[in-house]
Amino acid sequence: MIKLKVNDKSVEYNGDPNQPLLWYLRDDLKLTGTKYGCGIGACGACTVHMNGSPVRSCSLPMAALGSSSIRTIEGLSSNVGKEVQQTWKELDVVQCGYCQSGQIMSATALLESNPKPSSTDIDNAMQGNICRCATYQRIRQAIGQTAKKLEG
Amino acid sequence: MYHLLQHHQQATASSADNTKTEITALSTTRRGFIKTISAGSGVFMLGCGVAPSLSQAAAAATPDLSSLVFNAFLKITPDNRVIVSIKHLDKGQGVTTGLTTIVADELGASWQQMDWEFAPADAKRYNNLYWGQSQGTGGSTSIANSWDQLRNTGASAREMFIQAATKKWQVEVGNITVKDGIVSDGKHSATLGELAAEAAKQSVPKEPKLKKTADLQLIGKDIPRKDSPEKVNGSAIYTQDIHLPGMLTALVLFPPKLRGKLISVDDKEAKKMPGVVDVVKIPRGVAVVAENFWTAKKARDTLQAKWDLSASESRGTDQLKQALTNATKQKNHVITTRGDAATTIAKDDIKGQVIEAEYHLPYMAHAAMEPMNCVVQVTDNGAEYWFGSQAPTIDQSQTAEILGISPDKVIIHTHYAGGSFGRRACPDDYVLDALHIAKNIKGRPVKMVWTREDDMQNCRFRPMSAHAIKAKVSTSGELLAWQHNAAAQPILRGTPFGGMIQGPVDPTVYEGISDLAYDFENFEVRATEFESPISTLWWRSVGHSSNAFVVETFVDQLARAAKVDPLSFRRKMLSKEPRWLGVLNLAAEKANWGKKLPKGTAQGIAVHKAMGSWVAQVAEVTVSGKDIRVNHVTCAIDCGIVINPDIVKAQMEGSIGFALGAIFGEEITLKEGHVEQKNFDSYTPLRMNQMPEVDVYMVDSTERPSGVGEPGVPPLTPAVANAVFAITGKPVTQLPIKLV
Ligand code: FES
Ligand code: FES
Repeated sequence: MIKLKVNDKSVEYNGDPNQPLLWYLRDDLKLTGTKYGCGIGACGACTVHMNGSPVRSCSLPMAALGSSSIRTIEGLSSNVGKEVQQTWKELDVVQCGYCQSGQIMSATALLESNPKPSSTDIDNAMQGNICRCATYQRIRQAIGQTAKKLEG
Repeated sequence: MYHLLQHHQQATASSADNTKTEITALSTTRRGFIKTISAGSGVFMLGCGVAPSLSQAAAAATPDLSSLVFNAFLKITPDNRVIVSIKHLDKGQGVTTGLTTIVADELGASWQQMDWEFAPADAKRYNNLYWGQSQGTGGSTSIANSWDQLRNTGASAREMFIQAATKKWQVEVGNITVKDGIVSDGKHSATLGELAAEAAKQSVPKEPKLKKTADLQLIGKDIPRKDSPEKVNGSAIYTQDIHLPGMLTALVLFPPKLRGKLISVDDKEAKKMPGVVDVVKIPRGVAVVAENFWTAKKARDTLQAKWDLSASESRGTDQLKQALTNATKQKNHVITTRGDAATTIAKDDIKGQVIEAEYHLPYMAHAAMEPMNCVVQVTDNGAEYWFGSQAPTIDQSQTAEILGISPDKVIIHTHYAGGSFGRRACPDDYVLDALHIAKNIKGRPVKMVWTREDDMQNCRFRPMSAHAIKAKVSTSGELLAWQHNAAAQPILRGTPFGGMIQGPVDPTVYEGISDLAYDFENFEVRATEFESPISTLWWRSVGHSSNAFVVETFVDQLARAAKVDPLSFRRKMLSKEPRWLGVLNLAAEKANWGKKLPKGTAQGIAVHKAMGSWVAQVAEVTVSGKDIRVNHVTCAIDCGIVINPDIVKAQMEGSIGFALGAIFGEEITLKEGHVEQKNFDSYTPLRMNQMPEVDVYMVDSTERPSGVGEPGVPPLTPAVANAVFAITGKPVTQLPIKLV
């Protein structure tokens, strides 16, 4: 049995240890904010936080989770996370929106570990998140503005 | 009025809170439609069943109005919410905000009280006015076709509120205003919700008076998107996210090549797996139906199938390229001709320089972020769908045909689509796959999902194409003649959209070429449809996405031959085309065209018209070794009246990023007919580090609104390629650009 925390709630898992975390979140827990985009770790749509670090849940089998703490877009509650979401709304970053949970989770993790990211830092941290609607310019701006807000 | 009201309530009961009494203010007279709609033109048109036309023919076409019926777009709840029915699919383009804005402004509502819901599938009320009797989203027509309809909706309702207030307060009509959601005569005032019941009892004005441009409060302003909050906190529901009681998940094993036919399948293993409900054969493959995704996926992996691939493509990309090139060498159908291009080019006594070029463009995948999927339940009397339906009327009629029922027994609940770029408007495809599965699973809804690999390998691609062009430039630097021969697979032929083909060749092969705006004397365009079992489909901006690249990079080759600056060369030939010139000059001015740049960096410019709108872009590009970096793109668009400038900007930014992938390596290639790309490791959309800075400018206009979702795509690849040409001196004639 696998015991873990999802959005601060304790849960127990008895199913197939090979099932990726993504499908456990989406199908079992009905936390559908985390999206499926590629299943091979190449698009970032499924990004969640595992013990505070961004991970691709599509490529993470349940067996690899140990007793970790998972945070999804639905449970994003940190200051940084809230501020990221707020700026996202202020700049109307979203288009189709399908990639945006992943973008927000990656951006939040970036700002939590690096409050003043340079343009290259942003490129590096966000390169794994594809946005087919190409909202990149606004994502970049939103990360920059959030960093400023958090500073002041 | 009463029965219409009932009808509307019924139709929206599933999505509205039906414990509340809804009062429907109906709008718009038939006469109003006729008057205003016949004024609309110049937009990509689609249709099914009625004579439709594509962009180049659109100006001449008059939509079929005889069957337009009274539509219901607006309801106001007693708790003061104003809800607009959105007849189009949101796939990121912002329609839920844009369409809602139009109603709100004419009505005089406050933005805070505005709300929206997707309209049900019902072509009688919610048809795309450019598509005849068909509901659907495409060709960048959502705002354009709805403009008059929704202004009339808002204005009619406003007048009904004013009527209601005059009666209630016993005052003169002229003293009453409706502003920020408040109806007032100075002494009395009421909210829209408070007056809604009375307003709904008033007669619908025959010809509501629209607001003067100066009185518009919301149109033209940066109104925040209505869909941002739920797309930012993960609560927005896409097809992929739908969970219904008893719902099953299905994955399909498709043949390794498109059009493969199943010979046999061994499903013993799969059927034994716990959680697998059934394995069913459908026309295009074998479906595993299970309790959830992971089970379905594991079971699908165990299927052993044999396929007959004799009807599939067996050529590789190089062979197709060669065959396409050969096709451009034939005496193909003449699409358009003026003067005598052949003689002008051939005759030595007409002095000048002859320039020749061959162009090649690859297959492209839509690769919407949300792979194709569809939820459907087949019942005894019909079918019920939940998905991002882009062409509900076609989906309804194809479903009805398969089930042997009437189309009104097919209910569609529309949900957000995680992108489309044309992919979701696709007959005989993912919707029917899902239906064929659900037919076998009675009593439970089925969610069919494609993996990314299914989506890419089973894709309908933007056609591969080839072009052969010859032109002559006079010794004084003028374009004398242009001879163009284009070959590409058709998109419309053999589909329910086939009725849109009016000449011998599918217009998607030559759109954006035959209607070249440049003023010169001798012009000939020939074209042919190339055949392959690979399926094709419209890819954001359709034929324009390829053809603008060809035309606009060739113009730069001509300008170079003429020894004229590419901007001046274009300007001179567009002197009688104010809207072309408008965007060209605006982009050039804002980009500071011709500014001094370091060695290895240059600007490139391109201009194109698609979906009724004009867009010019200037790209600033740096080449170092084999690397291309696009630093900056300046974009100017003329799309008529702008509803929401910030959304127009977003669409231009997005179009630029979308198109840029085609420069850097996005392409579908074939090996012995097998699609070589499977996922985002080999098919490579643009990523963050490749995104240039983008500035967007809009031409001030009082013309009707025209397309925004697509026209930003076509000029991007030629603008970038022209900058690369300026740096390297070598013309770019293929995409993606591979520098050696
Ligand atoms: S779905 Fe996990 S990275 Fe794409
Ligand atoms: S907003 Fe559509 S994929 Fe990013």
